[in-house]
Amino acid sequence: MLAKLQQLVDMFQMFDTADRTQMLLSYADQFKDVPPEIARRPFPAAHQVPQCESDAYVWAVKKPDGTLQLYFAVENPSGVSAKALATILDKTLSGLPASDIATVTCDIVEKIFRQNISMGKGMGLMSMVNAVQTLARAAATS
Amino acid sequence: MPSPIEQRGYAHPEVLVSTDWVEQHLKDPKVRFIESNEDTLLYSSGHIPGAVHVDWTADLNDQIRRDYITRQGFESLMSRIGAGNDTTVVFYGDKNNWWACYAFWIFQLFGHTNAKVMDGGRVKWLKENRPVSRDVPSYPSTAYKAAERQDAPHRAYRDDVLKHLEKQGQLVDVRSPEEYAGTRMHMPDYPNEGALRGGHIPGAKSIPWAKAINPEDGTFKPAAELKKLYCDDNKLSPGGDTIAYCRIGERSSHTWFALKYLLGFDKVRNYDGSWTEWGNMVGVPIEK
Repeated sequence: MLAKLQQLVDMFQMFDTADRTQMLLSYADQFKDVPPEIARRPFPAAHQVPQCESDAYVWAVKKPDGTLQLYFAVENPSGVSAKALATILDKTLSGLPASDIATVTCDIVEKIFRQNISMGKGMGLMSMVNAVQTLARAAATS
Repeated sequence: MPSPIEQRGYAHPEVLVSTDWVEQHLKDPKVRFIESNEDTLLYSSGHIPGAVHVDWTADLNDQIRRDYITRQGFESLMSRIGAGNDTTVVFYGDKNNWWACYAFWIFQLFGHTNAKVMDGGRVKWLKENRPVSRDVPSYPSTAYKAAERQDAPHRAYRDDVLKHLEKQGQLVDVRSPEEYAGTRMHMPDYPNEGALRGGHIPGAKSIPWAKAINPEDGTFKPAAELKKLYCDDNKLSPGGDTIAYCRIGERSSHTWFALKYLLGFDKVRNYDGSWTEWGNMVGVPIEK
Protein backbone atom coordinates (compact mmCIF):
# COMPACT_ATOMS: atom_id res chain seq x y z
CA MET A 1 0.00 0.00 0.00
CA LEU A 2 2.86 2.41 0.72
CA ALA A 3 5.05 1.17 -2.07
CA LYS A 4 6.89 4.44 -2.71
CA LEU A 5 7.71 4.84 0.96
CA GLN A 6 8.89 1.25 1.20
CA GLN A 7 11.12 1.73 -1.84
CA LEU A 8 12.66 4.76 -0.22
CA VAL A 9 13.19 2.96 3.08
CA ASP A 10 14.82 0.06 1.20
CA MET A 11 17.11 2.52 -0.54
CA PHE A 12 18.16 4.12 2.73
CA GLN A 13 18.91 0.71 4.23
CA MET A 14 21.67 0.32 1.66
CA PHE A 15 23.38 3.62 2.40
CA ASP A 16 26.45 4.10 4.50
CA THR A 17 26.49 7.02 6.92
CA ALA A 18 27.93 9.52 4.49
CA ASP A 19 25.44 8.70 1.71
CA ARG A 20 22.56 8.77 4.18
CA THR A 21 23.61 12.18 5.43
CA GLN A 22 23.84 13.59 1.93
CA MET A 23 20.50 12.11 0.87
CA LEU A 24 18.77 13.45 3.99
CA LEU A 25 20.25 16.87 3.33
CA SER A 26 19.05 16.70 -0.23
CA TYR A 27 15.51 16.02 0.98
CA ALA A 28 15.80 18.81 3.54
CA ASP A 29 16.85 21.19 0.77
CA GLN A 30 13.72 20.27 -1.18
CA PHE A 31 11.42 21.15 1.70
CA LYS A 32 8.37 23.17 0.71
CA ASP A 33 6.70 25.33 3.29
CA VAL A 34 2.92 25.10 3.68
CA PRO A 35 1.39 27.49 1.13
CA PRO A 36 -0.50 30.51 2.47
CA GLU A 37 -3.79 29.30 0.97
CA ILE A 38 -3.60 26.33 3.35
CA ALA A 39 -2.32 28.06 6.47
CA ARG A 40 -0.74 31.33 7.55
CA ARG A 41 1.40 32.17 10.57
CA PRO A 42 0.85 32.00 13.45
CA PHE A 43 -0.16 28.41 12.87
CA PRO A 44 -2.88 26.88 15.00
CA ALA A 45 -1.75 24.68 17.85
CA ALA A 46 -4.07 21.94 16.63
CA HIS A 47 -1.67 21.28 13.75
CA GLN A 48 1.51 21.39 15.82
CA VAL A 49 3.42 18.14 16.10
CA PRO A 50 3.73 17.33 19.79
CA GLN A 51 7.14 16.65 21.34
CA CYS A 52 8.93 18.07 18.33
CA GLU A 53 11.83 20.41 19.08
CA SER A 54 11.80 21.55 15.46
CA ASP A 55 8.41 23.18 16.01
CA ALA A 56 6.80 21.35 13.11
CA TYR A 57 3.22 21.53 11.90
CA VAL A 58 1.31 19.21 9.59
CA TRP A 59 -1.88 19.44 7.56
CA ALA A 60 -3.71 16.79 5.50
CA VAL A 61 -6.12 18.16 2.92
CA LYS A 62 -8.63 15.88 1.23
CA LYS A 63 -8.79 16.30 -2.54
CA PRO A 64 -11.95 15.74 -4.62
CA ASP A 65 -10.73 12.28 -5.66
CA GLY A 66 -10.53 11.24 -1.99
CA THR A 67 -6.76 11.27 -1.79
CA LEU A 68 -4.83 13.34 0.73
CA GLN A 69 -2.28 16.09 0.18
CA LEU A 70 0.12 16.63 3.06
CA TYR A 71 1.60 20.00 3.95
CA PHE A 72 4.24 20.85 6.54
CA ALA A 73 5.86 23.78 8.27
CA VAL A 74 9.09 23.59 10.27
CA GLU A 75 9.65 26.74 12.27
CA ASN A 76 12.95 25.92 13.99
CA PRO A 77 15.85 26.88 11.68
CA SER A 78 17.79 23.89 13.05
CA GLY A 79 15.00 21.53 12.03
CA VAL A 80 16.96 19.96 9.18
CA SER A 81 15.90 16.44 10.06
CA ALA A 82 12.27 17.50 10.35
CA LYS A 83 12.42 19.12 6.93
CA ALA A 84 13.98 16.00 5.45
CA LEU A 85 11.27 13.79 6.91
CA ALA A 86 8.52 16.19 5.86
CA THR A 87 9.76 16.09 2.28
CA ILE A 88 9.99 12.31 2.34
CA LEU A 89 6.46 11.95 3.71
CA ASP A 90 5.10 14.41 1.17
CA LYS A 91 6.82 12.75 -1.78
CA THR A 92 5.85 9.21 -0.83
CA LEU A 93 2.42 9.64 0.74
CA SER A 94 0.71 12.68 -0.74
CA GLY A 95 -1.76 11.61 -3.38
CA LEU A 96 -2.64 8.31 -1.70
CA PRO A 97 -6.03 7.48 -0.17
CA ALA A 98 -6.34 8.50 3.47
CA SER A 99 -6.88 4.88 4.48
CA ASP A 100 -3.52 3.96 2.98
CA ILE A 101 -1.65 6.85 4.58
CA ALA A 102 -3.18 5.86 7.92
CA THR A 103 -1.10 2.67 7.84
CA VAL A 104 2.22 4.53 8.06
CA THR A 105 4.20 3.58 11.17
CA CYS A 106 6.93 5.45 12.99
CA ASP A 107 9.49 2.65 12.66
CA ILE A 108 10.41 4.24 9.33
CA VAL A 109 12.21 6.97 11.30
CA GLU A 110 14.91 4.66 12.59
CA LYS A 111 15.17 2.89 9.26
CA ILE A 112 15.70 6.15 7.38
CA PHE A 113 17.78 8.15 9.84
CA ARG A 114 19.80 5.45 11.62
CA GLN A 115 22.88 7.06 13.18
CA ASN A 116 21.62 10.45 12.12
CA ILE A 117 18.97 10.25 14.80
CA SER A 118 19.81 12.16 17.89
CA MET A 119 18.12 11.42 21.15
CA GLY A 120 15.69 14.26 21.11
CA LYS A 121 15.16 14.32 17.39
CA GLY A 122 14.02 10.70 17.29
CA MET A 123 11.00 11.44 19.47
CA GLY A 124 10.05 14.48 17.42
CA LEU A 125 10.41 12.70 14.10
CA MET A 126 8.30 9.76 15.25
CA SER A 127 5.77 12.24 16.50
CA MET A 128 5.59 13.75 13.00
CA VAL A 129 4.80 10.35 11.53
CA ASN A 130 2.18 9.76 14.22
CA ALA A 131 0.64 13.14 13.47
CA VAL A 132 0.33 12.22 9.78
CA GLN A 133 -1.21 8.90 10.75
CA THR A 134 -3.71 10.57 13.06
CA LEU A 135 -4.77 13.09 10.43
CA ALA A 136 -5.10 10.35 7.82
CA ARG A 137 -7.25 8.23 10.13
CA ALA A 138 -9.53 11.16 10.79
CA ALA A 139 -9.82 11.89 7.06
CA ALA A 140 -10.52 8.25 6.28
CA THR A 141 -13.50 8.15 8.60
CA SER A 142 -14.94 11.55 7.72
CA MET B 1 22.26 42.31 23.26
CA PRO B 2 24.77 40.67 25.64
CA SER B 3 27.60 42.77 27.03
CA PRO B 4 31.11 42.10 25.66
CA ILE B 5 32.64 39.02 27.23
CA GLU B 6 35.51 40.94 28.76
CA GLN B 7 33.04 43.16 30.63
CA ARG B 8 31.04 40.38 32.23
CA GLY B 9 33.34 39.86 35.21
CA TYR B 10 34.29 36.27 34.49
CA ALA B 11 37.14 34.58 36.31
CA HIS B 12 38.52 33.25 33.01
CA PRO B 13 37.04 35.31 30.20
CA GLU B 14 39.65 34.02 27.79
CA VAL B 15 37.84 30.67 27.39
CA LEU B 16 34.75 32.27 25.90
CA VAL B 17 34.87 33.92 22.49
CA SER B 18 32.26 35.93 20.66
CA THR B 19 30.86 35.27 17.21
CA ASP B 20 32.71 38.43 16.13
CA TRP B 21 36.00 36.96 17.32
CA VAL B 22 35.29 33.73 15.48
CA GLU B 23 34.53 35.50 12.23
CA GLN B 24 37.74 37.49 12.58
CA HIS B 25 39.72 34.30 13.02
CA LEU B 26 38.15 32.16 10.31
CA LYS B 27 41.41 31.97 8.41
CA ASP B 28 43.72 31.88 11.41
CA PRO B 29 45.90 28.78 10.91
CA LYS B 30 46.48 28.54 14.65
CA VAL B 31 42.76 28.10 15.38
CA ARG B 32 40.61 25.08 14.72
CA PHE B 33 36.84 25.44 14.98
CA ILE B 34 35.06 22.31 16.13
CA GLU B 35 31.32 21.77 15.81
CA SER B 36 29.81 19.27 18.21
CA ASN B 37 26.08 18.73 18.08
CA GLU B 38 23.41 16.45 19.36
CA ASP B 39 21.88 16.34 15.87
CA THR B 40 24.51 14.79 13.62
CA LEU B 41 22.82 16.13 10.49
CA LEU B 42 23.38 19.74 11.43
CA TYR B 43 27.09 20.03 10.65
CA SER B 44 26.53 18.73 7.12
CA SER B 45 23.66 21.15 6.60
CA GLY B 46 26.04 24.07 7.02
CA HIS B 47 28.78 25.01 9.47
CA ILE B 48 31.29 27.72 10.20
CA PRO B 49 33.64 27.71 7.19
CA GLY B 50 36.67 25.62 7.98
CA ALA B 51 35.11 24.01 11.05
CA VAL B 52 35.50 20.29 11.58
CA HIS B 53 32.91 17.94 12.98
CA VAL B 54 33.67 16.09 16.19
CA ASP B 55 30.83 13.82 17.12
CA TRP B 56 30.50 12.96 20.78
CA THR B 57 29.30 9.43 20.09
CA ALA B 58 31.54 8.45 17.21
CA ASP B 59 34.71 10.40 17.98
CA LEU B 60 34.93 10.90 21.73
CA ASN B 61 33.41 7.74 23.16
CA ASP B 62 35.02 4.35 23.52
CA GLN B 63 33.08 2.09 21.20
CA ILE B 64 32.94 -0.85 23.60
CA ARG B 65 32.83 0.47 27.14
CA ARG B 66 30.90 3.40 28.53
CA ASP B 67 33.99 5.57 28.71
CA TYR B 68 35.91 8.04 26.63
CA ILE B 69 38.70 7.53 24.14
CA THR B 70 42.24 6.74 25.20
CA ARG B 71 45.36 8.76 24.64
CA GLN B 72 45.92 7.04 21.31
CA GLY B 73 42.38 7.76 20.27
CA PHE B 74 42.77 11.42 21.17
CA GLU B 75 46.01 11.67 19.22
CA SER B 76 44.33 10.15 16.18
CA LEU B 77 41.42 12.52 16.51
CA MET B 78 43.65 15.58 16.78
CA SER B 79 45.70 14.39 13.83
CA ARG B 80 42.54 13.91 11.76
CA ILE B 81 41.30 17.42 12.46
CA GLY B 82 44.73 18.88 11.81
CA ALA B 83 45.21 20.20 15.32
CA GLY B 84 48.65 20.44 16.84
CA ASN B 85 49.62 20.73 20.46
CA ASP B 86 49.66 24.49 20.11
CA THR B 87 46.41 24.80 18.17
CA THR B 88 43.64 26.81 19.79
CA VAL B 89 40.47 24.76 19.50
CA VAL B 90 37.14 26.58 19.62
CA PHE B 91 33.98 24.56 20.26
CA TYR B 92 30.44 25.43 19.30
CA GLY B 93 27.27 23.51 18.60
CA ASP B 94 23.55 23.12 18.99
CA LYS B 95 21.46 22.86 22.16
CA ASN B 96 22.99 26.00 23.62
CA ASN B 97 26.46 24.48 23.42
CA TRP B 98 25.74 21.42 25.59
CA TRP B 99 27.77 19.13 23.38
CA ALA B 100 30.38 21.80 22.68
CA CYS B 101 30.97 22.09 26.44
CA TYR B 102 30.97 18.31 26.72
CA ALA B 103 33.65 18.04 24.02
CA PHE B 104 35.58 20.91 25.67
CA TRP B 105 35.42 18.95 28.97
CA ILE B 106 36.73 15.77 27.36
CA PHE B 107 39.60 17.72 25.80
CA GLN B 108 40.53 18.86 29.34
CA LEU B 109 40.88 15.23 30.39
CA PHE B 110 43.76 15.12 27.91
CA GLY B 111 45.17 18.43 29.02
CA HIS B 112 44.46 20.43 25.88
CA THR B 113 43.90 23.63 27.79
CA ASN B 114 44.21 25.84 24.72
CA ALA B 115 40.47 25.58 24.21
CA LYS B 116 37.54 27.94 24.02
CA VAL B 117 33.78 27.95 23.50
CA MET B 118 31.92 30.26 21.13
CA ASP B 119 29.31 32.10 23.15
CA GLY B 120 25.79 31.50 21.87
CA GLY B 121 26.73 28.48 19.80
CA ARG B 122 25.45 27.51 16.42
CA VAL B 123 22.08 29.21 16.68
CA LYS B 124 23.59 32.63 17.42
CA TRP B 125 25.97 32.27 14.48
CA LEU B 126 23.08 31.50 12.13
CA LYS B 127 20.79 34.16 13.57
CA GLU B 128 23.47 36.74 12.88
CA ASN B 129 23.60 35.58 9.24
CA ARG B 130 27.30 34.85 9.45
CA PRO B 131 29.09 32.78 6.79
CA VAL B 132 28.12 29.15 6.52
CA SER B 133 29.62 26.44 4.36
CA ARG B 134 28.86 22.85 3.50
CA ASP B 135 32.43 22.22 2.42
CA VAL B 136 34.10 19.68 4.65
CA PRO B 137 37.66 20.89 5.17
CA SER B 138 40.64 18.64 4.97
CA TYR B 139 43.71 19.49 7.02
CA PRO B 140 47.16 17.97 6.95
CA SER B 141 47.62 15.34 9.62
CA THR B 142 49.51 16.36 12.68
CA ALA B 143 51.80 14.48 15.02
CA TYR B 144 49.84 15.41 18.12
CA LYS B 145 51.36 14.18 21.36
CA ALA B 146 48.76 13.66 24.04
CA ALA B 147 49.25 13.10 27.73
CA GLU B 148 47.62 10.08 29.30
CA ARG B 149 44.06 10.89 30.21
CA GLN B 150 43.78 12.44 33.67
CA ASP B 151 40.20 12.18 34.85
CA ALA B 152 40.63 13.06 38.52
CA PRO B 153 40.66 16.87 38.30
CA HIS B 154 37.55 17.10 36.12
CA ARG B 155 35.59 13.87 36.30
CA ALA B 156 33.72 12.24 39.15
CA TYR B 157 32.99 8.55 39.15
CA ARG B 158 30.31 6.77 41.11
CA ASP B 159 32.57 6.08 44.08
CA ASP B 160 33.73 9.69 44.10
CA VAL B 161 30.12 10.76 44.41
CA LEU B 162 29.51 8.30 47.24
CA LYS B 163 32.50 9.70 49.18
CA HIS B 164 31.33 13.23 48.31
CA LEU B 165 27.95 12.42 49.83
CA GLU B 166 29.54 11.26 53.05
CA LYS B 167 31.44 14.56 53.30
CA GLN B 168 28.28 16.50 52.37
CA GLY B 169 30.09 17.98 49.42
CA GLN B 170 28.40 20.42 47.04
CA LEU B 171 26.23 18.64 44.47
CA VAL B 172 24.45 20.36 41.62
CA ASP B 173 21.61 18.65 39.79
CA VAL B 174 21.21 20.58 36.54
CA ARG B 175 18.19 18.68 35.21
CA SER B 176 14.67 19.98 35.01
CA PRO B 177 12.79 20.39 38.30
CA GLU B 178 10.55 17.46 37.30
CA GLU B 179 13.54 15.16 36.81
CA TYR B 180 15.01 16.37 40.11
CA ALA B 181 11.74 15.63 41.90
CA GLY B 182 11.41 12.24 40.28
CA THR B 183 8.06 13.03 38.68
CA ARG B 184 9.76 12.62 35.31
CA MET B 185 12.68 10.36 34.52
CA HIS B 186 13.78 11.92 31.28
CA MET B 187 14.06 15.31 29.63
CA PRO B 188 10.86 16.61 28.12
CA ASP B 189 10.59 15.42 24.51
CA TYR B 190 13.34 12.86 25.04
CA PRO B 191 12.89 9.12 25.36
CA ASN B 192 12.97 7.48 28.76
CA GLU B 193 16.29 5.70 28.76
CA GLY B 194 15.16 3.43 31.51
CA ALA B 195 16.21 4.94 34.81
CA LEU B 196 14.54 2.62 37.26
CA ARG B 197 14.04 5.25 39.87
CA GLY B 198 13.37 8.97 39.73
CA GLY B 199 14.64 11.63 42.10
CA HIS B 200 18.03 13.12 42.86
CA ILE B 201 21.25 12.39 44.68
CA PRO B 202 20.67 13.31 48.37
CA GLY B 203 21.80 16.81 49.15
CA ALA B 204 21.96 17.95 45.52
CA LYS B 205 20.76 21.45 44.76
CA SER B 206 18.37 21.80 41.85
CA ILE B 207 19.88 24.42 39.55
CA PRO B 208 18.70 23.77 35.99
CA TRP B 209 21.47 24.42 33.48
CA ALA B 210 19.40 26.89 31.45
CA LYS B 211 19.43 29.40 34.29
CA ALA B 212 23.05 30.15 33.33
CA ILE B 213 22.19 31.47 29.88
CA ASN B 214 20.23 34.23 28.25
CA PRO B 215 17.38 32.35 26.53
CA GLU B 216 17.10 34.72 23.61
CA ASP B 217 20.56 33.93 22.23
CA GLY B 218 22.13 31.19 24.33
CA THR B 219 24.95 33.40 25.61
CA PHE B 220 26.17 32.99 29.16
CA LYS B 221 24.90 35.45 31.76
CA PRO B 222 27.40 37.85 33.35
CA ALA B 223 29.33 36.74 36.42
CA ALA B 224 27.22 38.85 38.79
CA GLU B 225 24.06 37.03 37.74
CA LEU B 226 25.76 33.63 37.84
CA LYS B 227 27.08 34.40 41.31
CA LYS B 228 23.60 35.31 42.50
CA LEU B 229 22.21 32.10 41.03
CA TYR B 230 24.80 29.65 42.28
CA CYS B 231 26.35 31.31 45.33
CA ASP B 232 23.73 33.64 46.80
CA ASP B 233 20.49 31.83 45.98
CA ASN B 234 21.86 28.30 46.25
CA LYS B 235 24.66 28.78 48.75
CA LEU B 236 27.40 27.17 46.70
CA SER B 237 30.88 28.18 47.79
CA PRO B 238 33.46 28.77 45.05
CA GLY B 239 36.05 27.22 47.33
CA GLY B 240 34.02 24.09 47.95
CA ASP B 241 34.41 20.72 46.24
CA THR B 242 31.57 20.66 43.71
CA ILE B 243 30.17 17.90 41.51
CA ALA B 244 27.59 18.56 38.78
CA TYR B 245 25.44 15.92 37.14
CA CYS B 246 22.45 15.47 34.86
CA ARG B 247 21.49 12.46 32.75
CA ILE B 248 24.74 11.50 30.98
CA GLY B 249 26.80 14.58 31.68
CA GLU B 250 25.85 16.65 28.67
CA ARG B 251 23.96 19.37 30.48
CA SER B 252 26.20 19.19 33.53
CA SER B 253 29.31 19.84 31.45
CA HIS B 254 27.66 23.14 30.46
CA THR B 255 27.26 23.96 34.17
CA TRP B 256 30.76 22.66 34.92
CA PHE B 257 32.06 25.16 32.35
CA ALA B 258 30.09 28.01 33.93
CA LEU B 259 31.20 27.22 37.47
CA LYS B 260 34.85 26.54 36.69
CA TYR B 261 35.68 29.14 34.08
CA LEU B 262 33.12 31.86 34.47
CA LEU B 263 32.85 31.90 38.26
CA GLY B 264 36.28 30.47 38.99
CA PHE B 265 35.19 27.64 41.29
CA ASP B 266 38.32 25.96 42.60
CA LYS B 267 37.32 22.34 42.26
CA VAL B 268 34.45 21.29 40.01
CA ARG B 269 33.93 17.87 38.55
CA ASN B 270 31.41 16.49 36.09
CA TYR B 271 29.76 13.20 37.08
CA ASP B 272 29.13 11.81 33.62
CA GLY B 273 27.57 8.60 34.89
CA SER B 274 24.88 10.95 36.11
CA TRP B 275 21.28 9.80 36.50
CA THR B 276 21.44 7.03 33.92
CA GLU B 277 23.91 5.42 36.32
CA TRP B 278 22.71 6.59 39.73
CA GLY B 279 19.02 6.03 38.97
CA ASN B 280 19.68 2.39 38.11
CA MET B 281 22.35 1.59 40.64
CA VAL B 282 21.83 -1.01 43.36
CA GLY B 283 22.40 0.21 46.89
CA VAL B 284 22.66 3.99 46.51
CA PRO B 285 20.36 6.51 48.22
CA ILE B 286 17.88 8.61 46.30
CA GLU B 287 15.92 11.60 47.49
CA LYS B 288 12.66 12.95 46.04
